[in-house]
Amino acid sequence: MERPEIEAKLVDLLVDELGLERESITMEARFEEDLDVDSLGVVELLMALEDNFDVKIPDEEAEKITTVGEAADLVSQKLNA
Amino acid sequence: MDRRRVVVTGLGTMNPLAHDVDGTWDALLDGKSGAAPVTLFDASRLATHFAAEVKEFDPDVYMPRKESRRMDRSTLLMWAATSRAMADAGLEFEEGDPAAERAGVVCGTGIGGIGTTQTQIELLNERGPERISPLAIPMIMGNQAAGAISIGFHMAGPSTCTVTACAASANAIGDAAEIIRRGVADVMVGGGMEGSVTEFAMGGFNSMKALSTRNDDPEAASRPFEKDRDGFVLGEGAGSLVLEEFEHARARGAHVYGELVGYGMSADAYHITLPRPGGGGAARAMQGALNDARVGPEAVGYINAHGTATPANDVTETMAIKTVFGDHAYEIPISSTKSMTGHMLGGAGAVEALISLKVLNEGVVPPTINHTTPDPECDLDYVPNEPRKADVNYVLSNSFGFGGHNVSLLFKSI
Repeated sequence: MERPEIEAKLVDLLVDELGLERESITMEARFEEDLDVDSLGVVELLMALEDNFDVKIPDEEAEKITTVGEAADLVSQKLNA
Repeated sequence: MDRRRVVVTGLGTMNPLAHDVDGTWDALLDGKSGAAPVTLFDASRLATHFAAEVKEFDPDVYMPRKESRRMDRSTLLMWAATSRAMADAGLEFEEGDPAAERAGVVCGTGIGGIGTTQTQIELLNERGPERISPLAIPMIMGNQAAGAISIGFHMAGPSTCTVTACAASANAIGDAAEIIRRGVADVMVGGGMEGSVTEFAMGGFNSMKALSTRNDDPEAASRPFEKDRDGFVLGEGAGSLVLEEFEHARARGAHVYGELVGYGMSADAYHITLPRPGGGGAARAMQGALNDARVGPEAVGYINAHGTATPANDVTETMAIKTVFGDHAYEIPISSTKSMTGHMLGGAGAVEALISLKVLNEGVVPPTINHTTPDPECDLDYVPNEPRKADVNYVLSNSFGFGGHNVSLLFKSI
């Protein structure tokens, strides 16, 4: 899967699964500070990523994600591993 | 020293008849039923295929989807009702506002987030424990609505919940009033809700043989005090009352619907689901409300009965009313609005308290519909099928729950 496709699908997930406003989402946006996604929301997002991209994300790697772009990086890395 | 007086200054509801108080009142006077075939899930496997659902409920009207998707339907209904009640009262608190620390909530529910419980256990069985939502526990817990309301309406005073089945939101209103009487809060939201039109909950009630199975005519299924009643109609919904210390309400010129003058409660101490034969426990709750208000039984001009339309409840409640009111029992208009709303379980007490307050304000008593052939053992005046004018000063609302919890609230016009 190409990077733009991953990013588009990720944005859709954030809108559909977490109820975020589409306009507020950029690759630089930080989950906690900019998007007001709390720790429970991050866990939801990781589950959605695993289900929708068919990847497995270990907790220790998940904990390092702070921005939307980093989430896209991680998915990209898992898909191309 | 005289005790602090508690008045009601805001009303809000989401129920099977309407999404607001006026619509509810109009439907009650028109004798409309909220029962219909279940739409929230496929009920074909159940013995009962109908319920009284809140129709076309869109939580996104009341809050961003980011918030609404984190709440069980039961909490969403209570949130919506409370937003209406707070607006009606003309109250709004800001974060950090000192007045907000003297405002709180008591919120009752019967079985909490049972819809979420069912879906999450299905996930557990289908996909394993790692796929249980991180929101499962906060959505299931019975205090979710109390917490969500404290957070959402910035009320930082007392916040708690009552979980006494079908008496829960009546208890919540009574307990909220006690908190104001005690002097630790000036404003309290009291109420409660249920969102239990789910296969799990209905299946459970069907196994108890508690629900009507009149599948060919849902609107005629809730028949309180009637000879051919065959159980209750499951409803869902929420009622929210803004309770306020009298001087506090007066100082800001608030509209007052009535005063909560009596709160009585008792336990049957008999059986986990059956009422005590003879209705002694229910009678003590009603007497307790009268004693609390220091008025005699002849003062009461209307009773909103618990009136579930189960064979056991309606007979014992009738006996209990006769025990407390004697000959006056035959002169009091009594209605079971569950004939129209269905039984909203944890939401019932609050919605019925709200209806009782409307009776005080409008001078009209809503009917008990579907009342064609009276049960010989239920021989009081249940206001059959048509509303009636009645100029009343005191109204009593009964709520009895599984577990043997009996609650009576007495309101007075002001």
